Amino acid sequence: MYKIVEKKELAPNIYSMDVLAPRVAESAKPGQFVIVITDEAGERIPLTICDFDKERGTVNIVIQAMGCSTKKMVAYDEGDYFRDFVGPLGKPSEYVNEDIEEVKKKKYLFVAGGVGTAPVYPQVRWFHENGIDVDVIVGAKTKDLVILEDKIKEVAGNLYIATDDGSYGFNGMVTGLIEDLVENQGKEYDYCIAIGPMIMMKFVALLTEKLGIKTVVSLNPIMVDGTGMCGACRVTVGNETKFACVDGPEFDGHLVDFDEALKRQTQYKEEECELDKQGGAK
Amino acid sequence: MDRFTRVPIAEQDPKVRATNFDEVCLGYTEEEAMAEAKRCLNCKHHPCVGNCPVSIHIPRFIKHIAEGEFEEAAHVLAEYTALPAVCGRVCPQEEQCEQVCVLGKKGDAVSIGKLERFAADWAREHDVVVGKTKEKNGHKVAVIGSGPAGITCAGDLAKEGYDVTIFEALHEPGGVLVYGIPEFRLPKEKVVKHEIENLKNLGVKIETNVIIGRTVTIDELMNEEGFEAVFVGSGAGLPKFMGIPGENLNGVFSANEFLTRNNLMKAFREDYDTPIKVGEKVAVIGGGNVAMDAARTALRLGAEVWIVYRRTEEELPARVEEVHHAKDEGIKFELLTSPVEIIGNEDGWVKGIRCQRMELGEPDASGRRRPMPIEGSEFEFDVDTVIMALGTSPNPLIPATTQGLEINNKGCIVTDENGQTSREGVFAGGDAVTGAATVILAMGAGKQAAVGIDKYIKEKYDK
Repeated sequence: MYKIVEKKELAPNIYSMDVLAPRVAESAKPGQFVIVITDEAGERIPLTICDFDKERGTVNIVIQAMGCSTKKMVAYDEGDYFRDFVGPLGKPSEYVNEDIEEVKKKKYLFVAGGVGTAPVYPQVRWFHENGIDVDVIVGAKTKDLVILEDKIKEVAGNLYIATDDGSYGFNGMVTGLIEDLVENQGKEYDYCIAIGPMIMMKFVALLTEKLGIKTVVSLNPIMVDGTGMCGACRVTVGNETKFACVDGPEFDGHLVDFDEALKRQTQYKEEECELDKQGGAK
Repeated sequence: MDRFTRVPIAEQDPKVRATNFDEVCLGYTEEEAMAEAKRCLNCKHHPCVGNCPVSIHIPRFIKHIAEGEFEEAAHVLAEYTALPAVCGRVCPQEEQCEQVCVLGKKGDAVSIGKLERFAADWAREHDVVVGKTKEKNGHKVAVIGSGPAGITCAGDLAKEGYDVTIFEALHEPGGVLVYGIPEFRLPKEKVVKHEIENLKNLGVKIETNVIIGRTVTIDELMNEEGFEAVFVGSGAGLPKFMGIPGENLNGVFSANEFLTRNNLMKAFREDYDTPIKVGEKVAVIGGGNVAMDAARTALRLGAEVWIVYRRTEEELPARVEEVHHAKDEGIKFELLTSPVEIIGNEDGWVKGIRCQRMELGEPDASGRRRPMPIEGSEFEFDVDTVIMALGTSPNPLIPATTQGLEINNKGCIVTDENGQTSREGVFAGGDAVTGAATVILAMGAGKQAAVGIDKYIKEKYDK
């Protein structure tokens, strides 16, 4: 059992939780994820690691309540326990194992969409701790849904915000903002790391390919075990089948077959469990 | 009573069981078990024992059953195996103990498996506590994986007095016993959970949700957490796909995914959250036990099911008993057939498979006749779900994160006859070493490695 030691509402329907899981906190690196099971009847839900504190032994996850399981999850309070909390899973982000001097030579742009802003944070922090300033774009539907602005501001070089409805920051999608930065403001980037909804990552990758910026995306396909034993999360990358849980979740965005990945994400739309069946969440 | 005819065993009616997940075989009653046990000749050279990978003294436990001493029978079994209720159910006895039973030369071999199962079930139902441990010896051993190999190794070491911790990646211990083999062959709550409780009663600790190579490495276990030896029983859980077009369409699953959703995550139950997708017409590709399990599971979820296999019925690697069960339940067999493409509709869902007919040519390296495609024999058939049951291979995570652990070209860990790997103090066994095999062979390897570890630790530390 894994205790929720802190819970915060970041935006309507988006919650941050610190979960006591010392073994996971000890080994976690940017780019990795965990699998959480709420209770005996729960399913295995993959969530990207958003932060970790080795001393406290906690791992932070950010959950947007969308389907049955995430709704169930956000109904848990401080002091409650998740049945299972497994990780860290997947490969750490590539730069973690690269020569830091090489990393310092490149100009990085992070593009975060919606709840994807949370897993971008530990990555930006990693750069900050290594003395590297990176630019960050945070995109959200509307002002209320912009999360972690202050935290990211502390560790980012420049932070740009885009909202679909123009209620805050740049008026439009993150792709519009990238174009604006590169084409109108003369910004140059060697690397782009995009985390967010699959459809956002697809359009970011299409744009950066045109702009000639190498791009990494963090895929979020359907998963079951998350350890490479089932292939539910398989994606086509450069005409090869990869398991996102062990070969990824980060891949070269210009090689990912996003249309296939988007279709595969809809596989269990009809079967998604109903909350009513459980007599309400928890 | 004819000595050469085995006492028949009760089974659920095929028509009824095809619609539920309850156990198919109902097991012997006390009277039936005693009658069957009395057929055993108690032969002096007992060839059955030599053909059991964990060398259970078979005539000894059977004699107790024949005399109605069921508790004693369970104690005899516990000396040799941590999983009698499991093995009695899933071992291919026809190729092991029962294959060499002397009675088998003139008639039916003694139903050793069914008797083993009877004794274990009886002990559970009567709350018999089995297994004795020696005094604690203060040595710490880590076991990676809680499948049949790990359970056996851990159980044997605990009995010798070792302080054993099992690390399991999934949220439930049992390995293939919980995620792979379906409820209708191996009940989870009743049988598997109980045998794991027995293991805990021996003092074995189990830490679930620990992925060796990610959460913690073998080097950390040995250098920082004080484990003096490690047994790797991580199995062969990596599914194979065919590499044909259309394999990533919606509606194509590995048997591992399909069975894990159903068995471990209990997707067949309304009150569990994990969804499972099964269409109206399902093709299961492959002919092993996993293919039979996937097919019979899909049938129980309401589908019409075909097994598509490239050789003939004779070469099916699945147990004969399971093939019969599958047929009785209404699974159809499309033999000498191999898929060449999975066809999708415009929304990305499976709508059919294109197959070719095969004929058998010369024997290949495995000694089985090689299937050869018949030219111009391609045909399509409509299905909306395809389950790939083509076998599995070992997961590369542990070798990739453990310094100096040698693997062969199939990704299997290399060991000597004691289960010792190229890395001092690290032993391995089961599917991680052999590639996908059987429960009982994994148990045999776990047993051998326990002996190897005991010897290694005593030589190194107890001088």
